[in-house]
Amino acid sequence: MSAVGWSRFQFAFTIIYHYLFPQLSMGLALLIVIFKARYLKTRDAIYNESARFWTRIFGINFAVGVVTGIPMEFQFGTNWAAFSNFAGGVIGMSLAMEGMFAFFAESSFLGILLFGEKRFGQKVHMFSAVMLFLGSWLSGYFIIVTNAFMQHPVGYAPGQNGALHLVNPIVYLLNPWALWEYSHNMVATVATASFVVCSVAAYYILAGMHVEHAKAFMKVAVVTGCIATLLQIFPTGDGQGKMMSRYQKPALAAMEGKFTTSTNAALAIMGQPNLQTGKIENAIEVPGILSYLAYGDFGAKVQGLDSFPKNMQPDNVELLYYSYHIMVGLGTLFILLMLVSAWQLRAGRLFRNRALLWVLMLSFPFPYIATTAGWMVAEIGRQPWVVYGLERTLAGASPTVSGGDVAFTTLGFCGLYTVVALLFAYMVMREIGRGPESSQTDIEVGAGAPASTL
Amino acid sequence: MGSIWFALVAVMMTVYVILDGFDFGVGILHLFVARTDQERQMALAAIGPVWDGNEVWLLAGGGALVFAFPKVYAAGFSGFYLPLMMALWLLVMRGLSIELRSHEKHWIWRAGWDGMFFLSSLLMAVILGAALGNVIRGVPLTASGYFRGPLFTNFRVGPNPGVLDWYTVLVGVFATVALSLHGACYLLIKTDGEVYHRSRAAAGVLWPAMLVLGVLVTLATNAVCPTLYTHLIDRPWTWILAALIVVSAIGLPVMLRRKSDVMAFMCSVGVLLGLLAATAAGVYPVLLRSTLSPSADLTVANSASGHIGLEIGLVWWSIAIVLAAVYFTYLFRSFRGKVKLGTSVYGH
Ligand code: HDD
Ligand code: HEM
Ligand code: HEM
Repeated sequence: MSAVGWSRFQFAFTIIYHYLFPQLSMGLALLIVIFKARYLKTRDAIYNESARFWTRIFGINFAVGVVTGIPMEFQFGTNWAAFSNFAGGVIGMSLAMEGMFAFFAESSFLGILLFGEKRFGQKVHMFSAVMLFLGSWLSGYFIIVTNAFMQHPVGYAPGQNGALHLVNPIVYLLNPWALWEYSHNMVATVATASFVVCSVAAYYILAGMHVEHAKAFMKVAVVTGCIATLLQIFPTGDGQGKMMSRYQKPALAAMEGKFTTSTNAALAIMGQPNLQTGKIENAIEVPGILSYLAYGDFGAKVQGLDSFPKNMQPDNVELLYYSYHIMVGLGTLFILLMLVSAWQLRAGRLFRNRALLWVLMLSFPFPYIATTAGWMVAEIGRQPWVVYGLERTLAGASPTVSGGDVAFTTLGFCGLYTVVALLFAYMVMREIGRGPESSQTDIEVGAGAPASTL
Repeated sequence: MGSIWFALVAVMMTVYVILDGFDFGVGILHLFVARTDQERQMALAAIGPVWDGNEVWLLAGGGALVFAFPKVYAAGFSGFYLPLMMALWLLVMRGLSIELRSHEKHWIWRAGWDGMFFLSSLLMAVILGAALGNVIRGVPLTASGYFRGPLFTNFRVGPNPGVLDWYTVLVGVFATVALSLHGACYLLIKTDGEVYHRSRAAAGVLWPAMLVLGVLVTLATNAVCPTLYTHLIDRPWTWILAALIVVSAIGLPVMLRRKSDVMAFMCSVGVLLGLLAATAAGVYPVLLRSTLSPSADLTVANSASGHIGLEIGLVWWSIAIVLAAVYFTYLFRSFRGKVKLGTSVYGH
């Protein structure tokens, strides 16, 4: 593979990996605030213990998010030097702002949230939970603004020797693409956290452990999960699709598997795209729906891949198509599952419905899969551009870095991250095994770990 | 505007070295000054709540560099590809060893992470020093605005040096000693008992070592990059920095003897601050020097971003730095004083 090929693979691998962690952190930060607020309102200790328990999981998750985030910050320079040179004067702003406004707040208040409940009292503890939530959601915004500029550049002007200059920071920071992308993405983080919390709760109930806590987990997470999964499709997913139908037409055509231009365009629910014949095989299609989703009119004309030259189309149509269909398919199932759970919870049957509990327990990987698929849609759909319409991905790589170097470091990351994954899984499973009550009683371990984010 | 941002980036990098520097120092020393498990925990607890925040200065400084000098960021980071990637891996391992070490009680687990913490801190200190050495010595930057820095060539300072040559290795060794001393002084403030006494002993050895190496590095720098000193002599306000370095370096052992631990740490801060600020003032206006031809230097003038962006950047940067200062003051005040082991550290 060429240096660009390796760099693309490396970036995709490291960012997908990194994002697995913030995805839970951001959603969980909200749920921790909710647990904490319910405790302060009801004074029911179960909620405070729930907040502590999830803060411990959060701490481990956050730590891995931090260590995998650091390489990301520097990969723009190492692997994508020409891109940094070209767009750094613009995207550098949100990257720097993320550090200055968000990471400082997060890293400072995490220490207090983890180490300071007794020392500083409930008010400060609640305050640091809120600050952590705000900090992590702010960091999400800045990074998404960065990504949105690559998807749909605004607020810039070409400067001397071809590099981009920032001319309107307000326009840049309020990029309409970023507003939709952020809403959709943040809702997905809440969905992820809700599924994870439900899954642990289901495990506890099925295993007959920590049942009171598990019920508290479930009561909060089923509600947030319902809201989040519904918002996922409408308005946020719909809004994302509309942005693409306006600004990234070739990507829309590819992800929908639309080879030919037509009015009254059909939505493919299932089927395999065949690039040789330009058809979806074994297709199940509903006519008119795609026109409606993209333009709000069943008769509207939707451009197919045939109306764009090859060098304007994404280079991996199949992967784009499947990623999109996996995301949407899972999104639909999530709503179903959450609505059924909410109905069973209201009817007071959820905690006895073992079949449903099994499903919930096993459901936690799927929001991760849907989110990763969603990012693949966004990023593969952006191809062949690194900054849409302005710089091609091929032109963005580092001119002096060889394929061999990138191959070497890619393998290094693969090895290192495998170890990290094993450690993470072990740590979290141990924490779940110890359960929510032990956060007060297990003094020995508490004493043994002053420096760690237990 | 470019010059202001040069100063801001220099300030952020300096703060990074001063803050994360003591984390590295603790990492290097803890194997020796903290021997029992309890003592190791104390050493780790001394940096536990703050190391991540300290590291954010590196991220924020890197962000400021992309924003204000994208060309330098692009050339530097792609040119130093391999060493940088290795530094990133070390930072990953350092973070993990701090966070995971105490999660498991088995001694093999703990000893393993302790060793990893030591190794990653040690190598990071060498790398930081070598990086500074490369900035001073220059890199084979061509007119294209890029270069390719192999890890090493023949260890000689010439037009086509590697990342490691005798000069940068020397600066790396100096940095290791200086940061170890810095970490020792930090431990004096945060610990008591055996750890405290061993840290004092360590500081007593490290201080003269730093002095000797410091003189060597100064002489070597004069050989490698004489303009650095001519610039400093031409810019009289920088003499304050020289005075700061001398006063702090002499003050340090005095404070150690008087057991003014906080002042000793401040002297160590003064040394690092003076050295880094003087280096920045000496290389200005060049951000990345070319060993091939001065016309290929990346300077403030030829690598700064657009004026409007930088101007607006100054506005939000000022707000953000005040907020960051507030968070840091709050954080360091909250965890001030000596580390106490036991449940009270935990809060529940
Ligand atoms: C739990 C995860 C999840 C679920 C269930 C969905 N999405 Fe999604 N989607 C994401 C998680 C996600 C994401 C990972 O968060 C993305 C990647 C970039 C972004 O902003 O959000 C995304 C991107 C994304 C894009 C690409 C935008 C771009 O190119 O920048 C579109 C068009 C949609 N989504 C639309 C939908 C629709 C119509 C859904 C209906 C069910 C849906 N998503 C469910
Ligand atoms: C929000 C910040 C992000 C930025 C700034 C960003 C930027 C980039 C860059 C520079 C590349 C390499 C150039 C290219 O191939 O176009 C890339 C590729 C890629 N990224 Fe992102 N990315 C972001 C988020 C994500 C996330 C969260 C994921 C997945 C979970 C992701 C998935 C990918 C994939 C799959 C590729 C490879 C696409 C291809 O080469 O075909 N990205 N991204
Ligand atoms: C290329 C893109 C990205 C870069 C350069 C990047 C950089 C970083 C860095 C350096 C950290 C560690 C901060 C610390 O030390 O405290 C971090 C953590 C984090 N990142 Fe990323 N990141 C990227 C993608 C993303 C995306 C797509 C999101 C979410 C939308 C995100 C959200 C977060 C959050 C919330 C944290 C806090 C740690 C955690 O929650 O696990 N990042 N990131």
